[in-house]
Amino acid sequence: MGLALFPLGIAFGVLVVHAGLAWWWAPVITAFVYAGSLEFLLIGLITAATPLAQVALTAFLVNFRHVFYALSFPLHRVGGRFGKAYSTYTMTDEAYALTTGEAAQSWSGRRILWLQGLCQVYWVAGASLGAFFGVLAPAQLAGLDFALTALFVVLAVDAIRARRDIPTPVLALVCALVARFLLPGQMLLAALGLFTAALLTRRALVSRREAARA
Amino acid sequence: MPDNTAYVAAAVAISAAVTWALRCLPFAALAPLRASETLRYLSVCMPAGVMVILTVYTLRDVSLESAPPAGLALAATLCLHLWRRNAVLSVLGGTAIHVALASTLFSHS
Repeated sequence: MGLALFPLGIAFGVLVVHAGLAWWWAPVITAFVYAGSLEFLLIGLITAATPLAQVALTAFLVNFRHVFYALSFPLHRVGGRFGKAYSTYTMTDEAYALTTGEAAQSWSGRRILWLQGLCQVYWVAGASLGAFFGVLAPAQLAGLDFALTALFVVLAVDAIRARRDIPTPVLALVCALVARFLLPGQMLLAALGLFTAALLTRRALVSRREAARA
Repeated sequence: MPDNTAYVAAAVAISAAVTWALRCLPFAALAPLRASETLRYLSVCMPAGVMVILTVYTLRDVSLESAPPAGLALAATLCLHLWRRNAVLSVLGGTAIHVALASTLFSHS
């Protein structure tokens, strides 16, 4: 599963170079930010010279889901201050999925750290190789940016399949389309904000109905 | 295209700091987090919704001309993933189809 990061990393490296950034940004971004979906978005934000405050807010909203991983990630098994720091730094969606799965219940802290390190190496190495390809073949490969769309589609399908909750993705789709047509310049922030507000509203309505019934 | 190393470095540093803060601070505040029903509710619902929003976001600039290759590649990615459930295969397959369509049948350059 961690190996999936390698080909995606290659696509990321190619896109970095084709966006006009120096090749070495590919390893730097993948090593430091190390949050796949945000990194792909970051290429677009950087090339559009997006204000830094908006970059920060986008990073916050896109990666806010990581807050919930603390509820079940086995950090208590990882020893040492440095080990814990590295383990949280590299707690990606993949690392979370792998270490909280059925098979990982007996894994030692050392094994968890090794897995996280290996995932990061795959990702950074893939991006470096991709950047190398991008420099070798400077001609734009039309349509390569679809890799990001495909990645999100896959993550969406997996997330929906895990919960079997259809109203939520429909609500998200409506929020995204409303934001796209009403606030095209601020679409991402508007859609994520709208979606969060809609979820909180729905939650409040449901608990009020339950309270009325009780 | 901003040829501005300081700006890119700042954007990267901010993204890294925000991401790490979101990943490590909740461990320090674990007890109140566990107790919050609202946060638990968000944790269940948010991932799928955020991914749907990001999918639409990446397609925001699709025009009438670029809609056919994007739509076909989107359908191909969905079908591949529902069929094989292999993330790498779905992403690379969908992207390969999009590149092939965009540079041949639906080439506008």
